[in-house]
Amino acid sequence: MGGESRYLGLAYVAPYVLGLILFTAFPFGASLYLSFTDYDLLTTPEWVGFANYERLLTRDRIFERSLSVTLLYVFMTVPLKLAFALFIAVVLNYRLRAINLFRTAFYVPSILGGSVAIAVLWRYIFADTGLVNMIIVALGGDAVNWFGDPGNALFTITLLRCWQFGSAMVIFLAALQTIDKSLYEAASIDGAGKWATFRFITLPLLTPVIFFNLIMQTVQAFQEFNGPFIITQGGPLRSTYLLPLYIYDKAFRSFDMGYASAIAWVLFLIIMALTLIAFWSSKKWVYYAGDRRQ
Amino acid sequence: MTAVPDTSAAGRARIAAASDVERRRRRREKISAGLRYALLCVVGLFMLYPLIWLIGASFKTNQEMFSSAWFWPANPTVQGYIDGWETSTPYTFGRFFWNSMCIVIPKVIGTAVSSTLVAYGFARFEFPGKKALFAVLIATLLLPDVVTRIPQYLLFRELGWLDTFLPLFVPQFLAWEAFFVFMLVQFLRAIPRDIEEAARVDGANTFQTLIYVVVPMLAPALISVCLFQFMWTMNDFLGPLIYISSIENYPVSLALRLAIDTTEAFNWNQILAMTVLALAPSLIVFFLAQKYFIKGISTGGVKG
Repeated sequence: MGGESRYLGLAYVAPYVLGLILFTAFPFGASLYLSFTDYDLLTTPEWVGFANYERLLTRDRIFERSLSVTLLYVFMTVPLKLAFALFIAVVLNYRLRAINLFRTAFYVPSILGGSVAIAVLWRYIFADTGLVNMIIVALGGDAVNWFGDPGNALFTITLLRCWQFGSAMVIFLAALQTIDKSLYEAASIDGAGKWATFRFITLPLLTPVIFFNLIMQTVQAFQEFNGPFIITQGGPLRSTYLLPLYIYDKAFRSFDMGYASAIAWVLFLIIMALTLIAFWSSKKWVYYAGDRRQ
Repeated sequence: MTAVPDTSAAGRARIAAASDVERRRRRREKISAGLRYALLCVVGLFMLYPLIWLIGASFKTNQEMFSSAWFWPANPTVQGYIDGWETSTPYTFGRFFWNSMCIVIPKVIGTAVSSTLVAYGFARFEFPGKKALFAVLIATLLLPDVVTRIPQYLLFRELGWLDTFLPLFVPQFLAWEAFFVFMLVQFLRAIPRDIEEAARVDGANTFQTLIYVVVPMLAPALISVCLFQFMWTMNDFLGPLIYISSIENYPVSLALRLAIDTTEAFNWNQILAMTVLALAPSLIVFFLAQKYFIKGISTGGVKG
């Protein structure tokens, strides 16, 4: 649209710019600064250099535990959830009459998933005398100690996230439906079987969406809070004590703002590093339409 | 494929063989569809049974709760709802719903208004620095909240906004959630500009064009934005946990957490009844408007 000032567009995006400065850019810089200070809300922040990071990376056993639990959680949850979402999307992507009904049914848990209510439900379903154990016992098995056993607790939280595979599945399904049917016809004329068709046509065409889901789910998984906070309070033996819980405790329970900021930055840098690795490796495995590679 | 009828004997044989192949293909497809349905039903049961059980169990007595995995209550009772509604605080659950609404409604309005303005600016205007600013917007989509949370808290503390609803919705009036802006920009890019240009030729200014032409076309996407924001706010726990400290200001999510901490371990039906009530607004909204959710997640997520 011509005619108006070059700056008119800026007026429309002005709220965003203001919000960006106030609530993103400034806090972003401030948290980096705070991570080099000792700040307990009562006195002014006191510059301590790398002391927080040094303590964090060399002497803090809780951090060590929390970090390894977080990595375990992310590397368990993300691939499981994405593989399942992709599998169900492929099964659904067929001329089934009830496709919308199933899509809705599978999507409900993800829309409710982050809520306290679902975490509460999970706590009761997997309780010692809860639904899952009742079913296991009825089938002749032994009741499982889902939350009391450090070996199981994290897995139970992972199940909660995998139960919410719906949003990733909806994205996969939308991408599957845009794949040109003539490619499949060509493949079947060439005698390609089901697996070959999936492996050499569907999967390459889905790589951009897989990439997108991978990044989003990973960033999200690193910030998991509600599940472990409500269901297990990080226990038992800190087996579900993810880094966001540790940051919360340091910042809002012991008001150690400097140290908490340092943990937040370490977490942020890990997420960034993994995202960059994903972007860098994507050149090798993500296929975009119009790309000249074979 | 040619449409010329093939009448030779070899042609007829070919057609017969083709129809045989066709029959076999059909049968294979039927089996495949059957297997797919069976698998989807089993998965669907796993997905939905916890929710079905939750609703059924909220009408059970506490004795029955531990005796059967079947969801249907033998002696339905609403005692759980009555006791749960009263809560262990001086307030009823109604108060907590009201508090939730005091957060949700301004937040949804703020998000819709500011995201529309900003998305319109990005999608329809050229201005200095636009490319860089949009790149920043994309980058903030990936920025984990965890890294900005502490200074945000300090900022709102300076402003004296702790234990009020303000920190929970004021940033949304400045299009703080980049996801929604991004989603609307994607949607706007797919809408042809002809009608807007016609309106401009007829003398409407850009703002009038936005209100009378763009917003009506954007309505489906805006509904998605509002619905997502509604859900996410109802589900939000960490925000209220950090900013709200007195029970009289608790939204539903905090009240529910308080209930599991204070109710005796065996009053399950009371807790489950409140869980059902806490989920009810989201469930109702989702089933009334599910096509907007699916649409929203597909446009916001894939294109671009």
